[in-house]
Amino acid sequence: MRFESPTSPEDAARLLAASENARVLAGGTDLLVRLRAGHLEPDMIVDIKRIAGIGDITSEEGGWRIGAGVSCAAMNEHDALKADYPGIVEGAELIGSTQVQGRCTMIGNLCNAGPAADSVPAMVAAGATAHVVGPKGTREVPVFDIPESPGKTSLANGEFIASVYLPPRGLRGGDAYLRFIPRTEMDIAAVGCAVNLSLADDGTVEAAAVVLGAVGPKVIKAEQAAATLIGTTCDETALAACAEAATAAATPIDDKRGTIEFRKDVTGVLARRAARIAYARAKGETS
Amino acid sequence: MAKDEFQTRQFKVVGTRVPRPDGVDKVTGRARYGADITAPGMLTGLCLRSPHAHARIKSIDTSAAEAMKGVKAVVTRADFTAEPEGGENRDVLDNVMAGEKALYDGHTVAAVAATSRSVARAALKAIKVDYEVLPHVIDVDEAMKPDAPVLHEGRQQESVPEGYSQNVLARSQYGHGDVDKGFEEADIVIERHFTTAATHQGYIEPHACLATMGGDGKADLWCCTQGHYHVRDTCAELLGMDTGQLKVTSSEIGGGFGGKTTVFLEPVALMLSKKSGKPVKMTMSRDEVLRASGPTASTSVSIKIGVRKDGRITAGWGDFRYQNGAFEAMNGALGAMCGFAPYDLENVRTTGWEVVTNRPKAAAYRAPGAPMAAFAVESVIDELAGELGMDPIDFRLMNAADEGTKAAYGPTYPAIGLKAVLEAAKDHPHWNTPLEGENRGRGFAVGFWFNFGGNTSVSLMINGDGTVSLSEGNPDIGGSRASMSMMAAEELGIPYELVRCTIADTASLGQNDVTDGSRVTFAVGLATIKAARHAIDIMKARAAKIWGIDEEAVEWVDGAAQPAGPNAGKFEPMTLKEIAALASNTGGPIAGHFEVNAEGAGVSFGAHIADTEVDPETGAVKVLRYTAFQDAGKAVHPDYVEGQMQGGAVQGIGWALNEEYIYGEDGILQNPGYLDYRIPVASDLPMIDTKILEIPNPGHPYGVRGVGETGIVPPLATLANAVSRAAGVRMTSLPMSPPKLLAAIKASKG
Amino acid sequence: MSRIHVTTTINGDETEYLCEPQDTLLDVLRDELDLTGSKEGCASGDCGACSIMLDGRLVCSCLVLGAEAEGRSVETIEGMAKGEELHPLQQAFIDKAALQCGICTPGILVAAKDLLERNPDPTEEEVRYWLAGNLCRCTGYDKIIRAVLDTAADMRGAA
Repeated sequence: MRFESPTSPEDAARLLAASENARVLAGGTDLLVRLRAGHLEPDMIVDIKRIAGIGDITSEEGGWRIGAGVSCAAMNEHDALKADYPGIVEGAELIGSTQVQGRCTMIGNLCNAGPAADSVPAMVAAGATAHVVGPKGTREVPVFDIPESPGKTSLANGEFIASVYLPPRGLRGGDAYLRFIPRTEMDIAAVGCAVNLSLADDGTVEAAAVVLGAVGPKVIKAEQAAATLIGTTCDETALAACAEAATAAATPIDDKRGTIEFRKDVTGVLARRAARIAYARAKGETS
Repeated sequence: MAKDEFQTRQFKVVGTRVPRPDGVDKVTGRARYGADITAPGMLTGLCLRSPHAHARIKSIDTSAAEAMKGVKAVVTRADFTAEPEGGENRDVLDNVMAGEKALYDGHTVAAVAATSRSVARAALKAIKVDYEVLPHVIDVDEAMKPDAPVLHEGRQQESVPEGYSQNVLARSQYGHGDVDKGFEEADIVIERHFTTAATHQGYIEPHACLATMGGDGKADLWCCTQGHYHVRDTCAELLGMDTGQLKVTSSEIGGGFGGKTTVFLEPVALMLSKKSGKPVKMTMSRDEVLRASGPTASTSVSIKIGVRKDGRITAGWGDFRYQNGAFEAMNGALGAMCGFAPYDLENVRTTGWEVVTNRPKAAAYRAPGAPMAAFAVESVIDELAGELGMDPIDFRLMNAADEGTKAAYGPTYPAIGLKAVLEAAKDHPHWNTPLEGENRGRGFAVGFWFNFGGNTSVSLMINGDGTVSLSEGNPDIGGSRASMSMMAAEELGIPYELVRCTIADTASLGQNDVTDGSRVTFAVGLATIKAARHAIDIMKARAAKIWGIDEEAVEWVDGAAQPAGPNAGKFEPMTLKEIAALASNTGGPIAGHFEVNAEGAGVSFGAHIADTEVDPETGAVKVLRYTAFQDAGKAVHPDYVEGQMQGGAVQGIGWALNEEYIYGEDGILQNPGYLDYRIPVASDLPMIDTKILEIPNPGHPYGVRGVGETGIVPPLATLANAVSRAAGVRMTSLPMSPPKLLAAIKASKG
Repeated sequence: MSRIHVTTTINGDETEYLCEPQDTLLDVLRDELDLTGSKEGCASGDCGACSIMLDGRLVCSCLVLGAEAEGRSVETIEGMAKGEELHPLQQAFIDKAALQCGICTPGILVAAKDLLERNPDPTEEEVRYWLAGNLCRCTGYDKIIRAVLDTAADMRGAA
């Protein structure tokens, strides 16, 4: 096995393309576990963290660009990013322990294509796009289209995600992410739910996204659930309808982290609770 | 050992909170644990483990692995040619290296030693095992059925009645009186069925050892264990070598809780070292720890209790079906003995069942067998208190065992602390502060554990400068070197700082039983005190010699010899330091020692109170407040007594709420890691308040009782009672994980 | 298999080592440099016993490759005391009996020190969540949390 640490995205793509079996190393909090367990035996590891600028969070055209080397801890320490997208930062900040936070990256979380990835639902709800670098150049891909099925992404051989772009937050917007885990920390989500809202002048919901994690082979856009919130002030009736639609949208499995029935029930609960938080944030009532 | 050891005294050192002697090493990273040692030319050893729950091993081809560069030895069962004499060690051998069958997912079938970890891993892949996969059984009730897949033929004991699978290895029965008559006399009878999942001790340090065995038949072993003498004796038998030729040194131990009272890697490492002629180090991964080392039993328990309207229990009956993994154990018997132990019953009958399944061999886990039994009995007791409209503590007080009570498991109790524990809980602010708020509930339960004494050897050397070197043979698992030093200092009458306690290797001290049964502070403490008394006798004799008076005319007071009364002569007292300095001229080195098979450990009772809040929409449980009460006898080092109570309580909370072995249909463990084997993390918990009660144990000179295990007995039931009240539905299955609790809440609401 | 040459700073000292590409920093610390104070409890980032500081960031050394440490700064438990003088947290853990077996102690001390440097006045809840990735099976965390809170108060008083 080789270890490489290129300093430019082009070099990284070249290295990755030269091998059928190379793996990208960003935070390593998933890769190293799988290496140690013998689940992966790559012939090359490409550490992308020495690529210039890849560890930066930058303001860009009113939105935010987050590099693939940005640790989730660094996101949580970025006050302006957190003010715009508290839900995205919440999702990122829920991954693992303090120690894992110091290493893990949101883009790594995305590229693992784990159905329960905590940072992905809120990114999808925000309409984030991934900046993909590959041997044939670059392309912009909606974050929703990156994961395909558990452990599998749409990235071609040699491609990696150099950054993610979060669109301008705009006025009267708010998001939230909640997950359910058996303990208070250190677990993989049994259910995750992100809600992203934009309000009209009159305080009613103008645009909404409800996105579910851990209840399907990949992240789920619960469009019916989102539609129930449009035109409402997220009153109890609207929230109940949202919860019911979210439960209906969930397609979970029975496994060691929860039953189908439990996950469907809790999906609705989290959708209702996250929508309430997102709405309060959009109104500027809470941060 | 008599029950009259205890003498009231004013303590100077015992009962204080001194710094532990291994503290600096452990906060600086210097302390050496099982995996922290190396030897020149050391190889890395790894195990090949069965991927099947139950399979016949038709053949093992190790030739490709043996031919690999860097591979120095490959070991299979064929290398273990010495047949153990006892049945227990036959099982141990079958467990550390599978024989004809692999009996569980993770069962070792072969092992390699190689020049590096990566070479060893490659070698494991090169070993070809031809398995014939057999039907498996995981669940205890399924395993008892006559048509269940059978693990072992011909092992069933005569105590088992007809009609059960051969997986039922033994049945044991306890009790007295006439339970049928008792139930007839009852106004209320409640019968319930309970289940608990298997849990793991969860020590953070994986098993590790370093073995060196030469061609001369001599061997050295370094390992993390709760009992290196036991490791020596077992390994010597499994390797077919003389016990005296194997020296075992215990490392610092990173937690055990019963799980390190047996061997796993040690005999394999010795065999690899023997074959390769080089030192071999082996460490388990976390995955291996969970798949192949000691979980506890899972259980299926039926309990029936009858009461009169006045609150008096008329009869108790229990059937304790325990799944012990792939080999025999006695968890069911222990459960059947402990369940009703807190109660004074005229009519009681319990049956314990020992059942094997295709899971790892159950190892002891802190009061083995008792927490699950207490969960079942204390849940029914709680429900009965509710039916009677009685306060749960008052109901227990009315039926509590006391001095002179014939225990449900047979003996008659001497002075015990149960009523004191109950009274303390009843008087505590926690019990007397109303729990307000929706979806909240308070739970209470008691627990019992036997405690143990056992074989113990201690040596105590008086050094020339007046310091003391104390050697004991039980690994220090939670501060026992401090406790032993304290007791030695107390008895000798010198400052604590002048004593240093060391854990001796197996070649340096007489036999010592395993650190289990909460025995160390009791038994090793007793031996330490007696060894100190022995040294004092010698020092008194030396002073008598110097003074030219009779030995009997010398007494020992405050760390010095002095004439016993005016008739003995008029001499200035000689301190320990002064006597030590003259030792060469008065007869040579001074040392005391004591060897004993200690009895009189003294049973212990605990009671816990928990406040919980349930999220009725998700089934999540939050523990709001927790208080533990326990009869510790004399608390030698109160900090570490509290620590035992807190640690036991939190392990019990984990068991009650989220810890469980989860198996797939294929009999493969689904959660062999800390990610999904969910032990409590810091943010899951409140502070654990403690109240130590000191009812002296008559069997110990200072009144010490074991404290380590009792603390894990009440919390399963305490949490179940609290959560049942908070959720409005009786929870009879552990863990009360959110999916299970939410389903129960939904079912209760129709 | 070619080994990688790495130059890094460990506890203030420039250090060189050779490692295989798949070796974790924890492997290197323990097996190459004999800095065995960092413990392997899980090798998956779930127990925190291998906690170290990497360029000022609290991480699990089992989740860092040895090769990644080139040119970085690493601090381990072995660097926490200054000569004979223990860090106040180390002293508090001894004085307040915040350890039993001690296997988790190095990782918890490294993590707690980082917390107090970032937040000198944490609440109990903040301490509990900060240390949620440091498993302890002996203590039930009670005395650990108290030791950290008491040390924080003492250090604020001394500052």
